[in-house]
Amino acid sequence: MGGVARRDVVRAAVLGAGSAALAACGSPLDPRGAGADGEVALTVATNAVSGGKNADEADWITRWVVPRFERRKRAEGTPVRVRFAPSGVDDEQYKTKLALDLKAHAGPDVMALDGIWVGEFAQARYIRPLREVAGERAVDWAGWAQIDPKVRSLARFEGKLYGIPAGTDARLLFFHRPLFRRAGLPADWQPRSWAEVLAAARRLKRLDGVTPLQINAGTAMGEATTMQGVLPLLTGAGGRISDGERWYGDTRELRAVLGFYRDVYGAGLGDPRLQQEAKGRDKSFERFATGRLGILAEGDYFWRDVIAPKTGTAPMKGRDDEVGYALFPARAPGAGLGGRDHVSLSGGAVHVLNPHTRHPRKAFALLAALHSAAALRARLGDSAMITERDDVNDAVLDRDPMLRFAADKALPVTTFRPGLAAYPAVSLALQEATAAVVAGRSPAAAAAAYRSALKEVLDGDDRIIG
Amino acid sequence: MSTPAHGSALRADQDRAAAPHEAPGGASEGRRAVLRLLRGVGAYVLVALVLAFFALPLLWLAAAPFDRNPGITASLPEFTLRNFERLWHSTDAVHSLASSLVLAVGSAVLVVGCSALAAYALSRVRIRGRDGILYALLLLSSIVTGTAAMVPVFLLAAGLNLVDSYLGVILVLTGGLLPAAIFILKDFMDTTPRSYEESARVFGASPLRVLKDVVVPVVRPGLATVGVWTVAQVWGNFLIPFLLLRSPDKSPAAVVMYTFYTEGGQPDLALISTFSLLYSLPVVLMFLFVSRRYGFRFHGGIKG
Amino acid sequence: MATTASSAEPAPPDGTPPGGPPEQDAAGLGRRGAALFVVPALVLVALFLVLPAVWTLYLGSTDYRLTGIPAVDPSFVGTDNLTRALGDSGFLRSLWLTLLFVLGSAVIGQAGLGFALAWWMRERTGWLKTTLEALVMLAWILPSSVVAFLWIAFLDRDGGTLNALLHTPGAAWLLDHPMLSIVVYNIWRGTAFSMMLYSAALGNVPASHLETARLAGANGWQLLRDVVLPCVRGHVLTNLLLISLWTFNDFTPFLITAGGPDGASEILPVHIYKTALGNGELGYGAALSFLMLLINLVVAVIYLRLLGRGRRARRRPAADVPAPRGPGAGDAPGRPDDPGEATA
Repeated sequence: MGGVARRDVVRAAVLGAGSAALAACGSPLDPRGAGADGEVALTVATNAVSGGKNADEADWITRWVVPRFERRKRAEGTPVRVRFAPSGVDDEQYKTKLALDLKAHAGPDVMALDGIWVGEFAQARYIRPLREVAGERAVDWAGWAQIDPKVRSLARFEGKLYGIPAGTDARLLFFHRPLFRRAGLPADWQPRSWAEVLAAARRLKRLDGVTPLQINAGTAMGEATTMQGVLPLLTGAGGRISDGERWYGDTRELRAVLGFYRDVYGAGLGDPRLQQEAKGRDKSFERFATGRLGILAEGDYFWRDVIAPKTGTAPMKGRDDEVGYALFPARAPGAGLGGRDHVSLSGGAVHVLNPHTRHPRKAFALLAALHSAAALRARLGDSAMITERDDVNDAVLDRDPMLRFAADKALPVTTFRPGLAAYPAVSLALQEATAAVVAGRSPAAAAAAYRSALKEVLDGDDRIIG
Repeated sequence: MSTPAHGSALRADQDRAAAPHEAPGGASEGRRAVLRLLRGVGAYVLVALVLAFFALPLLWLAAAPFDRNPGITASLPEFTLRNFERLWHSTDAVHSLASSLVLAVGSAVLVVGCSALAAYALSRVRIRGRDGILYALLLLSSIVTGTAAMVPVFLLAAGLNLVDSYLGVILVLTGGLLPAAIFILKDFMDTTPRSYEESARVFGASPLRVLKDVVVPVVRPGLATVGVWTVAQVWGNFLIPFLLLRSPDKSPAAVVMYTFYTEGGQPDLALISTFSLLYSLPVVLMFLFVSRRYGFRFHGGIKG
Repeated sequence: MATTASSAEPAPPDGTPPGGPPEQDAAGLGRRGAALFVVPALVLVALFLVLPAVWTLYLGSTDYRLTGIPAVDPSFVGTDNLTRALGDSGFLRSLWLTLLFVLGSAVIGQAGLGFALAWWMRERTGWLKTTLEALVMLAWILPSSVVAFLWIAFLDRDGGTLNALLHTPGAAWLLDHPMLSIVVYNIWRGTAFSMMLYSAALGNVPASHLETARLAGANGWQLLRDVVLPCVRGHVLTNLLLISLWTFNDFTPFLITAGGPDGASEILPVHIYKTALGNGELGYGAALSFLMLLINLVVAVIYLRLLGRGRRARRRPAADVPAPRGPGAGDAPGRPDDPGEATA
């Protein structure tokens, strides 16, 4: 490559069209070349790696999905070789790598994105609506009938579907039943308002060595603060974070949320140190598992993966009896967004196709293979989680009453985060607002500071409401 | 800690330095002896503290991998080798160490070779603005090794067809490490004596030969230092190999180290501590080897 | 004898290292030869360092992002990013913390402890020296991700090793003293380099000078100030320049405190990482990198000024020391071992 070409690369990339110049260059970047004997090669990537992060997902893809898919294609006379590209790193790092690959018009044919990245990837033209990439077969796919419209919205941006959602989850309040018993609280606790949550926490506070309530706050908890704390509370107060491209600033609802934080941390109902520690979230899990934390706001994966009796990272042998769960209450009955009594928050991954895949038809077949009922059942084995498919959920969720509860009660009242590029910075500003309140600032001052942080993030006032 | 404090604790030169001025008289003699003793004890207490300071944080690495249920705390392990077994079976940990080795050795050879040539030339021939340029490069290297440069670095590698190749990682890392390596090497090439070079030249040796046969032996400990420094830098670097490599079997240990987390981002301490130990061993062995073989000085003096 | 070559030629009093002026072309390289020697490094540096660095600096004048609309269509914003940074309290705080971090851990900590260790070790052998040296080096060569875990384990508030030793259960070092923690960590991490550099430098101080000064009745401090420092001035400068730059760019504290609590240990590399990778604001992140470069430049100029003045001030006392009588005068007893041979 001569100097001219390189200068073109520089100029093009700087001007934002670097991908076009690069597309001409890269075969090593592009692992999608033909395999031996002209057989088609496909790559699938998720943030999972055998023996590490999300190991069972990686093992499922390499040992179940891929061999069956390859066998079927061979039988059909169109052999395909599928390679799994594992990652298993921080989500931001995984996202960066995918974005760079897609920018260079390379990367895997099928890949998993976090649902909230769909919008920013679409805006950057890294991904395209499924129908444009795979054609009508994507619309006609039989599986859609099994996927709830609400779950489908994970993969939707500006009215268009960009991929197939890969399961979802819900946020709930988990509580430690033995501690509740000692505090004289009911074992089937189901709070109907924030006041009832605070009242239970006050009772728990009388127990020695027990942190009553863990509502994540501060920047050290990262996205867990926004997802498990601010946003469920905000929807519970009837508020929203954004409307289309515009973001809500210093609103009454936000002040109410921050007021709740003040009530929790100002009155010693939560441990403010835990919110500051780099490993604070792990510690909150450990405390809950060892009976030193009363109420914990977490996603259902806490139940599935953290305190699972055998496989958890903080296993609780008596989980099924000792751990209770309840819906997040609205601030007061009927005060939640859209007049809801209870709220939840959901996320989940989405599998999308690379818009530059050389084999869109086969890539879609692989995508569909990842979402067949049989594949999902194989993925779960005898465990359970909320998948994207109703038929699978009907069969597997009865194995676990907690997940049945989450799917039946929490999903109908749940909301999703907006998938816009500004979201991570907005989320950080929300985390900083909670940190300020935990550190003793007034909710009004913290909300005002959030408003000015928002102005900086969005570069002006014109995309801020309130 | 107190017994070795006599005499040997004090350096002989201090005794000697004091000798010509010593006033006659027992009292003064006695006070000096006490003072000397105190200073000796003090020096050893300080050394002991420093020793503890450097040793204590390392305890976890020695204990946790052998613990049945390792926590974040260093404690006497409930001894087991199960963690090693698990690591051996469940990951391509061993493979990743081989990748790290390729990257580290490749970069070290390139960095040491290029920087020795350049440092020697810069040291012996006057070039206007040389030091300024060198420092400017050093400053730029701080940008390239930071996160903000990742898009240019990636697009550059992509443009040169260097993505998913060891060579790409090696070249990018070498580019970032060279200025500091030249900076270090030039500094002490400046201070090595010229007389041997001159005599070698009188016998008609070419500059390359002079460098190889006369200069390199003199600066060998310095080259070793730069080599070890390069290996340590590459061994620990996560961002560049992560961005530039794609095939899982090429992932170096620094990248694999980051994968021992669960869905919720919790570290798997058993795997992490065990892998940490395996991951650290090669650099430790290299250090021991190099320091035995070449010494660890910037100038060790001329041998033989 | 190892040092004969250098101690035979007494160093000029202004501290120019022995061996004559550096520009002396002893090998007969010539300009063309020198250029050939420099070419491999030059090509690599131009292509893989200068090009991406300049490119990054250019990105710093745009609103470029990794994702979202500006990823396709970034616009040129000129110096907006720089003015935004200078008005951003988060950046300014992070800058202040970085300066504290560099001053505390590198300039005072690493350089100070490194020099002390080098001084203590310079004429010593034996297991104590070997052990100490090995431990200090170990701290330097272990991979940062491993080291980060070691320090988390060491400082953890629920029964970390330090709390167990001090009998201070529950003391949250990383929360109550985050900056102190990462400063101490970085001293631990980086002292080896200064130690090695100063060991080398001290080995270069002509033994005859030391001997003469001792005979003239100089005490330890005077010896350091008047004989040793003038000889190692260049090394001090190199050392400070390098460790300051490295400390400025050190990202490992992120792995220990994640910049927390609430940004109390968010030094610049961490701030830039969060901006560029966390928020995806690559243009702004690049502008911050550029500011960091400028600050490093200022720091370097300060070092040059300080050490330059130091040379003039110290010229006189050093010249007062009587000229050495010859290489044999005090060489043998003062140098029981040669460092190069001791480790061989």
